[in-house]
Amino acid sequence: MSGLATHLDRFLNVFAAWVLALIWVLPLVYAVWTAFHPAAYEARFELFAPLTLENFVKAWDAAPFARYFLNTFILVTMILAGQFFLCTLAAYAFARFVFPGRNILFALVLLQLLVMPDILMVENYQTMRLLHLVDTIPAIALPYIASGFGIFLLRQTFMTVPKELDEAARIEGASFLTVLWKVYIPLAKPTYLAYGLVSVSHHWNNFLWPLIVTNSVETRPVTVGLSVFSAIDSGVEWSVINAATLMTSGPLLIAFLLFQRQFVQSFMRAGIK
Amino acid sequence: MRGLIFRREWITGWLLLLPALVFLFAFTHIPAVMTILNSFFSTPRGRRQAKFIGLDNYERMIGDPVFWKVLWNNLWFALGTIPVSVGLAIVMALWVNEKLLGRSFVRMAYFTPTVLPLIAVANIWLFFYTPGFGLFDQITGALFGWPATNYLGNPDTALNAIIVVTVWKEAGFFMIFYLAALQSIPITLKEAAQIEGAGRWTIFRRITFPLLMPTTLFVCINAVINSFRLVDHIFILTDGGPDNASALLLFYIYEVAFRFWETAYGATLTVALLILLCLLAISQFFIFDRKVHYK
Repeated sequence: MSGLATHLDRFLNVFAAWVLALIWVLPLVYAVWTAFHPAAYEARFELFAPLTLENFVKAWDAAPFARYFLNTFILVTMILAGQFFLCTLAAYAFARFVFPGRNILFALVLLQLLVMPDILMVENYQTMRLLHLVDTIPAIALPYIASGFGIFLLRQTFMTVPKELDEAARIEGASFLTVLWKVYIPLAKPTYLAYGLVSVSHHWNNFLWPLIVTNSVETRPVTVGLSVFSAIDSGVEWSVINAATLMTSGPLLIAFLLFQRQFVQSFMRAGIK
Repeated sequence: MRGLIFRREWITGWLLLLPALVFLFAFTHIPAVMTILNSFFSTPRGRRQAKFIGLDNYERMIGDPVFWKVLWNNLWFALGTIPVSVGLAIVMALWVNEKLLGRSFVRMAYFTPTVLPLIAVANIWLFFYTPGFGLFDQITGALFGWPATNYLGNPDTALNAIIVVTVWKEAGFFMIFYLAALQSIPITLKEAAQIEGAGRWTIFRRITFPLLMPTTLFVCINAVINSFRLVDHIFILTDGGPDNASALLLFYIYEVAFRFWETAYGATLTVALLILLCLLAISQFFIFDRKVHYK
């Protein structure tokens, strides 16, 4: 290939990559534009249009977003704590203990990667009714707490811990729980971070199951709150809806922009099987 | 003595598993079995108990035109989203993996949709699609002088409009997996091929792409599951309409079970979804198994 053609090829690649990148951020840029400008500039793009925070104030006053944020925060924390606890114990069992039924049970765990709780919403709703948990935050959290993905991910990590470390600790008289706490968990820290980020962003964004199982301000997470807010479409202006949209994705988006490298690496780590 | 130690290990293993299994069975396995059982019963209403009705629900499903419509929609949705988003993901990963002007910005741009809630981005896209006023109409109007088009209100375009949003949302997520895979390919392979005089396209077709096959299998399974699971944006964009033109199977299950409260029929539809998912997972595994080159 001649030098010119290589240069042209290179240029075209960079150009195309940038065009695609700009298309990809366009919706977000657009949302930022409308949210920070008066309603009159919703579809008029002038460089020196006046900036305003009015839309955010309006959105914040129009719906109990503070409560929605609190609900989401409680929900995400509850799920993450439960997942860490249950998945760690189960992964430890699968990685380092030999017992009858291990393979069948592991297959049953992996089945959850295919049949996710969202798909079984009809039956799970009946269960929540039976437990008198409908319209509570635990009802949103419970189906996700034993995560097949989390167990699988931690098991893979625990299996890479050298057996010698484990045996050395046991010879010194440490119980199996001490070994788990002092040897396995510290060595798996990057996996916990990765899984934590994936889990938090997934459940922050989750919508369908919370929509079904909640019906009051006290339990709704932000995603459901946002849908309720924007459903009264006739009266609310676009700029206000976009301000609310940005608000709900804001914390996650800011965290992502600040810790971009960790986010990307975490998703990569969680994806490598 | 030896047997005793082994038994202690068994009990420890079971005890460690117990809490996770309780939750797993309570919210995945038992509900799955109950769904199948309930599909043979009628919906309990008030004091009227559910009673065994055999295959009535299934007969109703076979005769339900909406069921076939959403099934067909879902197939179209899968065909529209999976190849495009996976293809884009590979291209994105190749670009971002190389030295590129402003690489970190480009990577961020591709990945950002992944961290945004689907329900929130649907709000933004809803404006893009607004007839006359929205961004698409402004662009096509200014460039080609097209009249205002109601993309979401027209049965011919509603589902495609939803496919576009889904591709936008998913491609960057899949890119990450390809990026991870690309970084594990030894650079010496590429260099050797370059010395042999292979062009970029040949290198991609003969070396990179075959080595990415395990990732492609993984991404495709994910994409198939997602094509049955991602329905959040439908609630905002079209609510399944017009005339179920953009409703997918899971969305229809939601409607039947939680808007019309026909839980038994909802269970029957869920069984159809479960069967479909299992069949797809199995067939995909066999199709790809022959072509995947493991290291």
